[in-house]
Amino acid sequence: MNKTVITFAVLGLMTGSAAAQAPNFDDPAEFDKQREQLTATFNGPADQIYRQYAGNEMVDTSEFATDAPWTVCFSNAGVNNPWRVVGYTNMTEEVKLHPEIGTFTHVDAEGSDDKQIADIDDLLAGGDCNILIVSPNSTAALTPAVEKACAAGLPVIVFDRGVTTDCPVTFVHPVGGYGFGIQAADHIIANVPEGGNVLMLRILPGVDVLETRASGARNMFEEAGLTILGEEFTDGDNAKTKSIVEDYLQRGNIDAVWMDAGATAVAAIEAFEDQGMDIPVITGEDQQDYLQKWRDLGFAGIAPTYPSYQWRTAIIAAVQTLKGEEVPGPEWVLPQPAITQDVLDDYINENMPPLHYAMCGCEDMPTYPEAWGGNE
Amino acid sequence: MTDQTLARPEAKKRSLPHFNPVYVLVVALILAIIVMNPAFGEPTGYMNFLKRVTALAILSAGALYVIVSGGFDLSVGSIMTLTVIGSSMLASNDPNSTYWIIPLMLGIGAVVGLVNGLVVSYLKVPSLIATLGMMITLNGVAFMWSGGAPRGYLPDTFRFFGRYNITDVPVITLLPIAVICLFGFGAILWWGLHRTNFGRLLHAVGDNPQAARLAGVPVERVRISAFVVSALTAVLAGVILGGRAGVSVDIGSGFELQAITAAVIGGAQLLGGRGSVPATIAGALALEAIFTLLNLLGLAQPVRLVVQGLILIGAVALATYQRKRSGR
Repeated sequence: MNKTVITFAVLGLMTGSAAAQAPNFDDPAEFDKQREQLTATFNGPADQIYRQYAGNEMVDTSEFATDAPWTVCFSNAGVNNPWRVVGYTNMTEEVKLHPEIGTFTHVDAEGSDDKQIADIDDLLAGGDCNILIVSPNSTAALTPAVEKACAAGLPVIVFDRGVTTDCPVTFVHPVGGYGFGIQAADHIIANVPEGGNVLMLRILPGVDVLETRASGARNMFEEAGLTILGEEFTDGDNAKTKSIVEDYLQRGNIDAVWMDAGATAVAAIEAFEDQGMDIPVITGEDQQDYLQKWRDLGFAGIAPTYPSYQWRTAIIAAVQTLKGEEVPGPEWVLPQPAITQDVLDDYINENMPPLHYAMCGCEDMPTYPEAWGGNE
Repeated sequence: MTDQTLARPEAKKRSLPHFNPVYVLVVALILAIIVMNPAFGEPTGYMNFLKRVTALAILSAGALYVIVSGGFDLSVGSIMTLTVIGSSMLASNDPNSTYWIIPLMLGIGAVVGLVNGLVVSYLKVPSLIATLGMMITLNGVAFMWSGGAPRGYLPDTFRFFGRYNITDVPVITLLPIAVICLFGFGAILWWGLHRTNFGRLLHAVGDNPQAARLAGVPVERVRISAFVVSALTAVLAGVILGGRAGVSVDIGSGFELQAITAAVIGGAQLLGGRGSVPATIAGALALEAIFTLLNLLGLAQPVRLVVQGLILIGAVALATYQRKRSGR
């Protein structure tokens, strides 16, 4: 008995710090919650999906009401992938719609926790911000910085990746990673016979919103009796993705490719195309190159989304807070629709760049499509 | 007198047949892959493999020119990125644009190589720093040009070189255009480094720049030419990789180190004076083969990285040991 206790204690010492920090990426309760939210009805204006929210909980923000013009500060994890480029454009264009925002200060952490912590310190020390919007680079590392901003009396809006404190006014995010994984996995399970082979392609390990996508899907495949050929990391690199799929094709049959993000989905499709093979089920995301390839080749695709319109919503939440209006919270859960075959054509726009994310909720903005790199 | 007796055993060893271990490594890795996966012996298997390795092989062979001349070129990956991003921005889906875009990109590459060479030769900035600065600059240019996300596609005429296969070829069934490029450019680069006067001057400059200068070698011009060759091959590698895989904003990142690694596995000496184009291409094949083999073994990614790193260190250590033993 004693021995067991000691063993556990030693193990605990060895893994303690890591385990205490590591969030749980396989949480059945959260999985079930997100599955429900995928099909829930959302409140808010029907034609403005970026203003919709799940549930009825609201946060009173009257204590933060301030006279315009405001200085809105934004600490950004990075603009280091095409999804974030589209999102950041959504955000800057949304800012232009609010004349009350006098100054919009953007600091880019370039994908570094340390830089983002320093950025937030600098913004606080500057003392000019009326509100702070944070898109955290990683959950655990940025929590103390966000807490510090709250303690300084500043209203804080967090979006995209979360933090483990409830001090922000609200946390804006779509349904979540499990939801993304569920939509893609449901589609594969419905289109692949039992015992079929699924290859899971992931960008990189360790990011909460990506880990949950994979863990949800993995459990579902195992339950449905599908064989997972492997889980491979592509680093978001097209060439690597193509090589991985080619290698797996040499070893045997692939019935479906599940992707945790769509940026390299076209490379996976091309691996089949270039060998003159039929395209199996390949999931993607809402970026234009995938949607167009899916239409042109006519395979069984689906595009779950992690909607980039949340970048607009963050500004809207900030404006409402500074006006002292009620804001959905402490979590503002946005809808997370998947693009299916029936609605595919509605989201294709050949005038947009290949990695424009179609679920941007930006079509109603006056500067669309030029600001997103599209042609009229 | 004593000197001569000491030298004799070395001379004896030198006369033993000497293989560059990289060829043994490549053959061993390829055999291991075929044992693991007989489908690799089929044309689709090995041709896909060669197609995949072409960009790195051409890039490494070009980078070898700079290595032999005693420098480093860290800017090649960013030249690849710039080529792919720039081409996709300029092409705007027009299939006819390829005919002027590739020459234009080669022109840009030549200018970049020239600047690298001038900075190293006349401003006396160490090549590691000069080309590191160029790498950062070019990545910034590519980022500004694209705004951080690809803004266009590469037309099929551009992707022809990296993607398309000639089918119905006798014996080998299919022949990717990329493989033709690999042999073609490989031969040109081999000829340039091993069969021309320029190649000899490169070796001389890398071996001992002071001696070369005293012997009347135009050291600056030779160095600058090496950087231009390296930059031009980086553009070609960019065209082939972009053709194979399509547009990514950071498509070339990491290639500069892979190119140097391939050259070193191929027995190139890092401070100049020694290196072989065929062995460097074999080094690139070995790098890619390690990746493929570990993939086939089905090892988890972290284990794969460990094994990959150990094989790299082992290969280079072996090459160095052999060189020392053979007294070269």
